[in-house]
Amino acid sequence: MRQGLTWFNSASLILGFLFLYLPIALLVIYSFNESRLVTVWAGFSTKWYSEMWNNEGLMNAAWVTFKVAFVASTFATVLGTLAGLIMTRFGPFRGRTLFSGMIYAPLVMPEVITGLSLLLMFVAISLDRGFVTVTIAHITFSMCYVAVVVQSRLITFDRSIEEAAMDLGCTPGRTFLQITLPVIAPAVVAGWLLSFTLSLDDLVIASFTTGPGATTLPMKIYSQVRLGVTPEINAVCTILVGLVATGVLVASLVTRRQEMQREREERAAQAAP
Amino acid sequence: MSDSGTAERNSSTSAARKRWEPWNDPNERPHVQIANVTKRFGDFVAVDNISLDIYQREFFSLLGPSGCGKTTLLRMLAGFELPSDGQILLEGEDMSGVPPYQRPVNMMFQSYALFPHMNVETNIAFGLKQDGVPKPEIERRVAEVIDMVQLNAFARRKPHQLSGGQRQRVALARSLVKKPKMLLLDEPLGALDKNLRTQTQFELMNIQEETGITFVIVTHDQEEAMTVSSRIAVMDHGKIVQVSTPAELYEYPNSRYVADFIGEVNILEGRVAEREGDHLLVQSSEAGCTIKTGPSADEPAGRQVWIAIRPEKLNIALQAPPETGVNCLSGEVWDIGYLGNLSIYHVKLDSGKMVTATQANMARLIERPITWEDRVYLTWAPDAAVVLLN
Repeated sequence: MRQGLTWFNSASLILGFLFLYLPIALLVIYSFNESRLVTVWAGFSTKWYSEMWNNEGLMNAAWVTFKVAFVASTFATVLGTLAGLIMTRFGPFRGRTLFSGMIYAPLVMPEVITGLSLLLMFVAISLDRGFVTVTIAHITFSMCYVAVVVQSRLITFDRSIEEAAMDLGCTPGRTFLQITLPVIAPAVVAGWLLSFTLSLDDLVIASFTTGPGATTLPMKIYSQVRLGVTPEINAVCTILVGLVATGVLVASLVTRRQEMQREREERAAQAAP
Repeated sequence: MSDSGTAERNSSTSAARKRWEPWNDPNERPHVQIANVTKRFGDFVAVDNISLDIYQREFFSLLGPSGCGKTTLLRMLAGFELPSDGQILLEGEDMSGVPPYQRPVNMMFQSYALFPHMNVETNIAFGLKQDGVPKPEIERRVAEVIDMVQLNAFARRKPHQLSGGQRQRVALARSLVKKPKMLLLDEPLGALDKNLRTQTQFELMNIQEETGITFVIVTHDQEEAMTVSSRIAVMDHGKIVQVSTPAELYEYPNSRYVADFIGEVNILEGRVAEREGDHLLVQSSEAGCTIKTGPSADEPAGRQVWIAIRPEKLNIALQAPPETGVNCLSGEVWDIGYLGNLSIYHVKLDSGKMVTATQANMARLIERPITWEDRVYLTWAPDAAVVLLN
């Protein structure tokens, strides 16, 4: 049975959306505020955006963040894909339960503990804290997300296409590169994007493992906010929100269109004799 | 290629009228030898000490219910499983240490296993590319098989843009393009609907004749196996029960299992009463008469045997034959199935046993001469009754 929008339904919908998006909407609105005071509206202006560009500290932090996120998510994707592969392919081996538990543990491990333990290790092996240590830390905690995404794709993967490739003369190594990887590519890309965004907004682990010269954007924002919220920060955040929203929107539109086209083609193929 | 193939067949049939039966020719070398092969998965024995010879150009079927080990045997031929014991020889060469990607054998998978990210052409060309065949030759050979399976209009399509029947053809073309020494087919027609399946069976036979490749097919569909095969191996619980041509399997089953698995059959239990010339007289309380069998091996009196009679070999009549004591069942018509070309009669014998008889409806009749609850007599020619010992 299909129900129209009753007053109760619409009220819940509006309340839900307000709860989710009112804070973000406020942030966006105040980023266009003329006044330096965040809580007082003094007319529309885009001056904070240009000032943001001239704020070297902020821009440096943004650059560091992107570099860390890119390198960390790439490594995490390689390692996570391998882990996911082993979890689905190697059947019951000795220590499998332990291994799978250890892969998932960082998902639920309090970030403070992950950060602290990484810090202790870096100190113990006297690795200078900076770009490298943040990146390693980010690989560590985002790898498990990739493993989960890739593993769930591999569970529904039809192994017979790999057997078919080998049957046709393809060695196991080439089969992985030519058949398996292209087929699970969407999951691998999704895993990469997931770890990229996770790395982008991580504050706790980065604070533990970073050193001078490698301040990430979330750390920068957090430290500035402690001195008082400036409209500049609002502008940075608005841009971030915009970027993420556009990315998600484009991705979902593209996959939706692909799915619809695929469905249409499948129906057409079945209708033909 | 097709011309020479059919010409050869015609000349051989017309010249000597000799049937092509390499398995009966002691000079013929088997193409594939399966020697005492056993496959165990833990405690479970999937394939139990099987020995089989398959000859060049055969269309060989492995037939059995699911879980009888036929697919495991096929996967061992392809190299995906290794025998726990025994050997598989292809043209006299032991295949044990040869991985699937080095065997001159190709397989057509039950799920077709088409590469979803490649179109029809690249799917088919994949195997040739792995072997480093030069590009112009790849193009020529791919075009050739695409032509053979009549997919010219679909060469650029991806698998999801094809219907089930078209996908099946792509899978077939892909496994044929490398001209393997043996083609393995795992339930190749299982996913097609009935009409398409019958049509494709004949196409498969034509392609097999054209290419001259040895085909080994796994199926649970006895009709399919009967249609396409030169020989059939009936399997049960990892063992081979009988290996024969389709006609032999149907007319001379060696066990109740085979008789029951291949087609419809009436089985009547009895004991050997005496031997009379080259046939036996069997006393059966189920039948309520003495059964005089066709020529059969000598069995001691008193031995329990089973008599198998195919429904179409039973003649149904309202009038009692002159002698009702021998080779005559009598009972009441319990049920009639009218199929147009055939009528199926289920007759309840006096012993309570149900027997099926089918009659071809040769005359056009609206009103049936035999109807429910009629008392009928079933008779048959003595050589229609097969004696089974187990």
